[in-house]
Amino acid sequence: MAPHRLAPFDPGEQRLLARFTPPMTRAADGTFAILGTDQLGRDILSRLIYGARTSSLIGFSAVLLAGLTGTSLGLSAAMRGGIADHAIMRLADMQLAFPFIMLAITVIGILGPGIRNLILVVALSNWAAYARVVRAETLAIRERPYVEAARSLGLPALRIVVRHVLPNVSASLMVVATFGVAGAILAEAGLSFLGLGVPVSIPSWGGMLAEGRQYVDTRYWLALFPGAALFITVMAINLVGDALRDAFDPYLHARRSLEQL
Amino acid sequence: MIVYLCKRLAWTMLVLLGITAVVFVVIHASGDPAALYMGPEGTKQDYEILRSALGFDRPLPEQYGLFLWRAAHGDFGRSLRHQQPALPMVLSRLPATFRLASAAMILALLLALPLGILSALYRRSLLDTGGMMLALTGQCMPTFWLGILLILVFAVQFRWFPVYGGEGWGALVLPAITLGVWAMARTARITRSSMLDVLPSEYLRTARAKGASEWAVVLRHALRNGAIPIATAFGLELGNLLGGAVITEAVFAYPGIGRLAVEAVINKDVPMVQAVVLTVAATVLLLNVLLDAVYVVLDPRVRLA
Repeated sequence: MAPHRLAPFDPGEQRLLARFTPPMTRAADGTFAILGTDQLGRDILSRLIYGARTSSLIGFSAVLLAGLTGTSLGLSAAMRGGIADHAIMRLADMQLAFPFIMLAITVIGILGPGIRNLILVVALSNWAAYARVVRAETLAIRERPYVEAARSLGLPALRIVVRHVLPNVSASLMVVATFGVAGAILAEAGLSFLGLGVPVSIPSWGGMLAEGRQYVDTRYWLALFPGAALFITVMAINLVGDALRDAFDPYLHARRSLEQL
Repeated sequence: MIVYLCKRLAWTMLVLLGITAVVFVVIHASGDPAALYMGPEGTKQDYEILRSALGFDRPLPEQYGLFLWRAAHGDFGRSLRHQQPALPMVLSRLPATFRLASAAMILALLLALPLGILSALYRRSLLDTGGMMLALTGQCMPTFWLGILLILVFAVQFRWFPVYGGEGWGALVLPAITLGVWAMARTARITRSSMLDVLPSEYLRTARAKGASEWAVVLRHALRNGAIPIATAFGLELGNLLGGAVITEAVFAYPGIGRLAVEAVINKDVPMVQAVVLTVAATVLLLNVLLDAVYVVLDPRVRLA
């Protein structure tokens, strides 16, 4: 990720002479603006390229955090059973019943906006999907002969989980995580659009859309390009997810639950 | 049936209790709420007065009990910004959001069901591919961008609808489409896959054999049996719909509960945030209980356990 090599301009550089330059034209200060400039004369293409870094940083970190938490909880629920299973799954139900945006509003409203809190919120609202899928798959894998064999050899539970269960769950996890990245990027952009996400000083697609929204009646390009970038990214990731799902199909037991993601 | 609904209601209350606990803990874990209410310019003396007036000097479990007691009586405190009780303000905004969400929902169902059913019936046809491409596009489309594009085309270019704000039904059209597209996309995909599961069933062959028309076979026999997954997905969609409403309201400057919530967060208006979050959570949970009742009507085979 080296946006400074790709971007033609500094994304924060304000050139008031070159404000609102339409795309594919030369700005008042003589520079060429491929995708135009915004209300402060900042180059939109450069901001898009830097915004991609913000989106992917938050998307991947949130998925990593949610995936780790959800997977560990799902594994322990399935392997332990009993009260632990019950408690974890009810917690997951609770999370699914609580609309994401309301969770975000609670946490951001109190902790304040910022990249770290944003990652936390997105992860907090996604772990249940991983927990559910991992639990469903583990319940089936737990009964397989090779797990029974490992258990009869007296291997410690942790080793069984890591060596024999986890590798067999990973296919479904990959699928969930792929859709998760797309969802996290959309969530980040949505919150930034509302002004509850990334601070204005950092270029982000959601923030750019929010600014562009104000000028939509005359300067369409401010809002058009960041939205298109977001749409294409999310679409691409979802297509990869669909392809992964189809590729892993013979191994997926929780296919029905994945289909609803 | 009654027992079942009571059980569901009890579970819902438990979830709601969990949510109040989360909200309460988050508020208290993030620092001194009295300091938050006061802002940086308050004096030490004012701070002490406010702290005891709001009850923040008492032990935490007692505070939580008090919070629950007040919340149960509809008292979430006064909005810091508007200096009015928070809950009535939230409730006064609720009808506008309901109007938006139900318009979007009806729109989504009207499009998604036929699209899903036809795609499943004519599987691998041009209609199926096109319809599912449309659904995928709708699913990947960021709500706020779709809203902006619709404004660009229908409000700025054609001037058919107001750019934002406005009164009456005209002002509802673009927001409802914006919000409805996402729910439509997912519902269409699930309708299709659910119908594909049901279509090869024996009872459909029986229905055809006894001479039922193809319409009756599809609508009365297939759709009814495929309806449960569709209803489930739609129930999960309710929460997303309200979330999407927050963003849609921001795009169109539509005066609903979402804008109230965002303003409350930006103004650090904690009582208002609490009131909005708990009202919305309670609404979503209640709607889901209602949906469970609908299941039983849709499909008597649902076990009432």
